[in-house]
Amino acid sequence: MSNLAELVEQAHAAIRAAADLAGLDQVRVKYLGKKGLLTAQLKSLGQLSPAERPAAGQAINREKVALQESIRARQRELQAAAIAAELERDVLDITLDGRGQAMGTLHPVTRTLRRMKTIFSQAGFTVATGPEVENEYYNFTALNIPENHPARAMHDTFYLRNGNLLRTHTSPVQIRAMERDGVPIRVIAPGRVYRYDSDMTHTPMFHQVEGLAVDEGISFATLKSVLYEFVSRFFERDVELRFRPSYFPFTEPSAEVDILSDSGQWLEILGCGMVHPNVLGYVGVDAERYTGYAFGMGVERLAMLRYGVDDLRLFFENDSRFLSQFI
Amino acid sequence: MRVSRSWLDEWVSCDLDSEALAERLTELGLEVDSVEPAAELFTKVVVAEVLATEPHPNADQLTLCHVTNGREALQVVCGAANVRGGMKAVLAEVGATLPGDVGIEASTLRGVQSQGMLCSRRELGLGEDAEGILELPADAPVGEDLRGYLRLEDQVIDIDLTPNRGDCFSMLGIARELAASLEQPLTIPVADPVPAAVADEVPVHLSAPEGCPRFVGRAIRGLTAGARSPAWMVERLRRAGVRSIHPVVDVTNYVMLEFGQPLHGYDLAKLQDRIDVRWSQPGEKLTLLDGNEVELSDTMLVIADGPRAVALAGIMGGLSTAVDDNTQDVFLEAAFFAVDAIAGRARQLGLHTDASLRFERGVDPQQQARAIERATRLLLEIAGGEAGPLVDAVSERHLPQAAPVPLRARRLEQLLGLSLAAPQVENVLGRLGMTMVSDGAERWQVTPPPFRFDIRIEEDLVEEIARLVGYDAIPLTPAPTAASLASCTEHAVEEDELVDILVARGYQEAITYSFIDEKLQRLLFPDVTPVGLANPISQDMGVLRHSLWPGLLSTARANLHRQAQRQRLFELGCEFDEGAEGITETPILAGIAAGSRWPERWWDSERSTVDFYDVKADLEALVARTGRHQQVDWVRAEHPALHPGQSAQLRLGDQSAGWLGTLHPVVSAKLEIDQPVVLFALRLDVLLTARLPHYVRLSKFPALRRDLAVVVDEDVDAATVVAHAREAAGSALSDIIVFDVYRGRGIDSSRKSIALGLILQETSRTLTDHDAEGTVGSVVKRLTEKLGATIRN
Repeated sequence: MSNLAELVEQAHAAIRAAADLAGLDQVRVKYLGKKGLLTAQLKSLGQLSPAERPAAGQAINREKVALQESIRARQRELQAAAIAAELERDVLDITLDGRGQAMGTLHPVTRTLRRMKTIFSQAGFTVATGPEVENEYYNFTALNIPENHPARAMHDTFYLRNGNLLRTHTSPVQIRAMERDGVPIRVIAPGRVYRYDSDMTHTPMFHQVEGLAVDEGISFATLKSVLYEFVSRFFERDVELRFRPSYFPFTEPSAEVDILSDSGQWLEILGCGMVHPNVLGYVGVDAERYTGYAFGMGVERLAMLRYGVDDLRLFFENDSRFLSQFI
Repeated sequence: MRVSRSWLDEWVSCDLDSEALAERLTELGLEVDSVEPAAELFTKVVVAEVLATEPHPNADQLTLCHVTNGREALQVVCGAANVRGGMKAVLAEVGATLPGDVGIEASTLRGVQSQGMLCSRRELGLGEDAEGILELPADAPVGEDLRGYLRLEDQVIDIDLTPNRGDCFSMLGIARELAASLEQPLTIPVADPVPAAVADEVPVHLSAPEGCPRFVGRAIRGLTAGARSPAWMVERLRRAGVRSIHPVVDVTNYVMLEFGQPLHGYDLAKLQDRIDVRWSQPGEKLTLLDGNEVELSDTMLVIADGPRAVALAGIMGGLSTAVDDNTQDVFLEAAFFAVDAIAGRARQLGLHTDASLRFERGVDPQQQARAIERATRLLLEIAGGEAGPLVDAVSERHLPQAAPVPLRARRLEQLLGLSLAAPQVENVLGRLGMTMVSDGAERWQVTPPPFRFDIRIEEDLVEEIARLVGYDAIPLTPAPTAASLASCTEHAVEEDELVDILVARGYQEAITYSFIDEKLQRLLFPDVTPVGLANPISQDMGVLRHSLWPGLLSTARANLHRQAQRQRLFELGCEFDEGAEGITETPILAGIAAGSRWPERWWDSERSTVDFYDVKADLEALVARTGRHQQVDWVRAEHPALHPGQSAQLRLGDQSAGWLGTLHPVVSAKLEIDQPVVLFALRLDVLLTARLPHYVRLSKFPALRRDLAVVVDEDVDAATVVAHAREAAGSALSDIIVFDVYRGRGIDSSRKSIALGLILQETSRTLTDHDAEGTVGSVVKRLTEKLGATIRN
């Protein structure tokens, strides 16, 4: 049987030495094939005595199984190596750019408006809209700004040749929304507004968000609360606010609201107040039963504070280099 | 309103520093814009006397002055024409620093030594006047530091008053507010009656008592010629932003600043007859103090001396009766003009004066006599003269009557969300000069003081109380919120979603002005009548845009000129048109694509430029979001701004939903854009309605595909071929794809080959090859018969 042991050892060595799958197969054929050396050993069992045969047969079969296992193991090794070699040829430079369009950008004003809408919608406000070309009634009269009122001079108004005007604030939407939906009401009205003013810090067009809530039980205290909440949500931090008395014909009491900037300066961010009973009167709301607040915010102003933009005019120049920063 | 801190201190005692004072005023609703020093910094500038002057030996324009600063005699060269011996002047000594960091050293001017400099107002930062050196009154103490003499260590508080607070356009007004806030007493300058020394009485008639219910006047005779306003007054006027002009004018301005009551001084000798305050006649002309002649309308109030108008009431005096250096006798006016008689008039004439500012907002109807008495005292002090009797013409029934305003504690709490005890309410109102009658049940009748024109209704009182209590004292009370959930309509598409689609496809959002250049609009839309602004800010913002394209084109062009390689921009905004029913505005989603198809990257070696189909895919994505892509048609149509062969109208039923096309090459050339530009504009409303998906059962049976290339004339479009094929194929066709379009070898030059992929599938059975051949046969037959198609092998 020394012959068998030698043969098996040679076979294992050949398996280990096989460099590829084809070579391995040759080894298999050489030892385990029909005419293989180990197969020949099995065939030669007949030459042994019946007493020797079972033990010898078992020994050969054991070695055969072991060799088969060894070949399969080597086969797996070689297959893995072959795949690895193939993959190595297909290595990509994964640092190169992806294929397709680059992402576009949202204008910072839109970005800001979206946040404002999201925050207020969580408090039950819906979005109301109104025309940009307005008439004197909605832009002034119904907001308690009679003709010759000095407040009309506060709004440097663009007029159209047909006597209409470009709205100077989004406040007319208050009137339109209450006319349409009555009260109780909670709306915000975002949109473009226009004023005859153009210099370093003014553009003839800008955006406002008007807010209006009229219901029973609404007071200046609820107005303060909603604005504190809004500002802290918007800036994502606790912000100190200053409410100071001011004047708007359509609110009484009125306030302007400043936030405390990082540099310790008070910066005006919005105007607000309790809806003037005359305004409620114009839309037929019982001002004894219902009270309401209104506020108006400059969207660009908030965007400037939020993103650190220091020149209002950039918003309307649409320089790609500016727009690209708001991704 | 510019308020000198030191002046304010004379009215009300306040131990706050100026910053804290500014904050206090702001919290009262008197918004402080700035607090600035009353004078810029300078040092070693003293009161000096010019003892004698002699001509400069070497220069005609210069004078050699012998000056004393009280300690030593100095020699100073001066270039001012008004320098003369005996005058008190301002000397910047050697070693002085003037505003602007100008250092004064001993120097030699044209061979003569100069030991300092005599200063003008401008050199000291005390005004614009650089005509000559600043002359101080004869009693100015020689040697005293100028800063001490003029009390320049002061701050000017600039207050931005809201239009409802006309009562605060004076020291009195500001001091009154501060006194109420600080609970301090108010000290008012002496304005006791001046007894008449001469009998001259100018009769005053009120022809328009509804506009002018009170006119108080007084003649003063014998003013000293050449009298000058004292330095302290000039300084106070300057700090208030008022130029010193003439003692009479200065005094009237000064008293206006004190009490908020505009006054006017007429040269008595130039007045022809008795005073009449009347409405002007239409077309009546008046030359004002500023030299401009204005044409009046019959809604304007004038002061007349007989038939002739000599002043525009409440706005500006007339030139014909103006005081001048020769004026000896004056007539002072302090009137009450009704707000309605003045409001808007100045603006109609393009004017804005200190007087109109105050009268438009309302002045105290009870203080005209006080103002005249005060002005008389000051004028007599400065210029001497003798006062005539006070004339007080009044129509009591036309004076504003203070009407009581009701106030309820319950309403106060309802509006503020803050509960205040009755004594606190009464205390606050009392501090504001209001009188009240309580019914004992926390309800009052409150009468505002005569100077308050802004207290008409209960809410006004609520604001007054809140203001004095402080807005800070109002608590934060969370609002009652809506109890029901928000609606969530699936058949509506949100604007934001459409915008996000474009952003994801590489577009940058732009926001351009709604008013544009009419010329640019005409270039793109020659047939559209522009909606013009009556008062455009500039020509290139002259008309409301008929389309978003001009704005986007200008933006893209500017960016391309700034070396951007490519542009993908969109905007969401309104288009404006004028029709029979007035101006309509239509929300539009519009965009522009120019430059390379892809960002410049390693994988795009072709560097191809954007074309119609790139942008069409973007629009298809938008339309797909609505689920209504099968309801829209792309129709070849012409548009003046677009390439006639590369423009399409998007149609929904018989409605136009928008346009897509390549910018017309002629327009491109005019705009100096040297690359293809693709534009689109879609009506937003069309995109905001979505189809709700409805499930169709999936077929269990396999699909077959048959490909077919048909050659048709160039003018047969793909949609026509597909429509015919679809119809001919019948129900077995589940989809159809145009997978190739070929022109060139093997095809007639006027024809093209369109390759169709027919996807065939039945829901009830498996299709056989035989079925497929039959369907293809029907399609071929139809295309051949109807479109003259040939089959390409």
